[in-house]
Amino acid sequence: MFQSRVARRQWMNQMVLILSTGAAILGIIMLVWILGDVTVRGFQAVNWNFFTELPVPPGELGGGLANAIVGTLLMTVFAALIAVPVGVMAGTYLSEFGQHNLFGNLVRSLSDILVSAPSIVVGVFVYLVMVKTTGHFSGWAGAISLAILMLPVVIRTTEEMLRMVPSEMREAALALGAPYWKVMVYVVFRAAKDGLITGIMLAIARVAGETAPLLFTAMNSPYWMESMNEPMANLTVTLFNYAMSPYDDWQQLAWGAAFVITASVLLVTITTRLILTGRSKH
Amino acid sequence: MSTASPSKSGFTSDQVFRFLTSAFAAFIAILFIVMLSVLWHESQPSIDKFGFSFLTSSAWNPVTNEYGALIAIVGTLLTTTVAMAIALPISLGIALFLAEISPYWMRRPVGTAIELLAAIPSIVYGMWGLFVIVPIMASSIEPWMYEHLSFIPLFSSPPLGIGILTAGLVLALMVIPFIAAITRDVFLMCPQNLKEAAYGLGATKWEVVRDVMIPYGIKGIVGGVFLGLGRALGETMAVTFVIGNAYHLSWSLLAPGNSIASTLANEFTEADGELYTSSLIELGLVLFLITFIVLSLAQFWLHTSNKKRGG
Repeated sequence: MFQSRVARRQWMNQMVLILSTGAAILGIIMLVWILGDVTVRGFQAVNWNFFTELPVPPGELGGGLANAIVGTLLMTVFAALIAVPVGVMAGTYLSEFGQHNLFGNLVRSLSDILVSAPSIVVGVFVYLVMVKTTGHFSGWAGAISLAILMLPVVIRTTEEMLRMVPSEMREAALALGAPYWKVMVYVVFRAAKDGLITGIMLAIARVAGETAPLLFTAMNSPYWMESMNEPMANLTVTLFNYAMSPYDDWQQLAWGAAFVITASVLLVTITTRLILTGRSKH
Repeated sequence: MSTASPSKSGFTSDQVFRFLTSAFAAFIAILFIVMLSVLWHESQPSIDKFGFSFLTSSAWNPVTNEYGALIAIVGTLLTTTVAMAIALPISLGIALFLAEISPYWMRRPVGTAIELLAAIPSIVYGMWGLFVIVPIMASSIEPWMYEHLSFIPLFSSPPLGIGILTAGLVLALMVIPFIAAITRDVFLMCPQNLKEAAYGLGATKWEVVRDVMIPYGIKGIVGGVFLGLGRALGETMAVTFVIGNAYHLSWSLLAPGNSIASTLANEFTEADGELYTSSLIELGLVLFLITFIVLSLAQFWLHTSNKKRGG
């Protein structure tokens, strides 16, 4: 088939280059396709009511997902308030004291595994610990589930960001007589501030779109919440219920919810990436 | 030597600081152990009743109170296999493109596009799959398969649109950007002088990739693939929308089925009776253990491949 060995090798090379480029093009087509569908269909559902009204039964006109938007925001914020301090402290241990010892390696591996652990099992766990014992679904249980998912991500980002701070800076501060915690607070955290904030923002964006851990913990609710101690409306579970329903107007609202979630998550992701790359150029 | 002076308790502030941070680090280990033991404890009724036959029984009947994990386990493995079979070649292709083939100016934007795909929440993939992919599968792709390939047991049931194949496809779309991003990073770690030496000997791009870059990064690539596999095994929302939620054992990929995660998502809140709930919890435990093993292997390979580079 081929004149020579060289011709065959070049043909093989061309094939691989074409296939590989095709794969990349396919990836971009998928991105455009998904984002296009979500934007076009979601945009029709998003209006003023969507952000200000409560859900209405199928068939009635109007109605929005205001309570679900507030619920998702509340639970995400509380999750971050729980996971960020714990995660930053644990990440500090890994970067400052646990680089080469057994305990540090154990915590590091466990965090890496838990980053990809099935989120639905976390939901089952929190259900057993918080919902079964109290007898009701609650916003707190939802926030705790999200916090558990966020924690390993925050730990590993914190460690990575702190390690990027040159050890000469620590040594200089220590040589001036500062205790280690002051070195961390006044020198290392400050030097790593941008990285830490972007890492935490990415972790928040990741859990904001989670559904599975909320199914059995926060569940859902068609009403305004009065406290975090009751079943709590949220965008993702609402999206799930509405998309699976047979009603056209509910499915329409589900597209709206998908649009709002995707747009916010991608916005945070893009902004933080721009900040990160902007910094690394200096 | 620490300059911090000992406080009244006899500990220096450095010691206190170290102890505090290690306590928070211990928290994640404790959390992990508590999670395992709670799941184990709450599965007891089901473990006592069914023992090991839970894993091999295909019964799932809330009326007669008989439960077995086989259908859900097979469904999980089948969807994941389909997903990896589709995702593997495509994500390796994308990684190659980003690391070696594309012109330099394209790497940033294309790389960002792939990472954005990874950031889209899984429920959006699931919903998009249900409303966009399922109709396409139902109207053209699956009828064609049924018509021409139904002599193979894998394609031997009538096309519905929803089912194992569609779930695997949506799952593949979800893990492609994930695996592609990791393997690209592994490819980029390959030292320039190794590649240049091969080019200098007259190797084509493909030969450099096959004989230098892949052997150099093989552990990292396998680690990345296993990481994607771990993700796929535990993924809930992308699968639940399109798998069909049916309880019968079938070899056909066109048939509706169930995965462990989709069973939990659909039935956990509605389960009544201790045995039913505890069987579902045992399913969760099984999923947790499977993903734990897969992800541990992934970390092991990624870790050894990084060590090599660290020198």
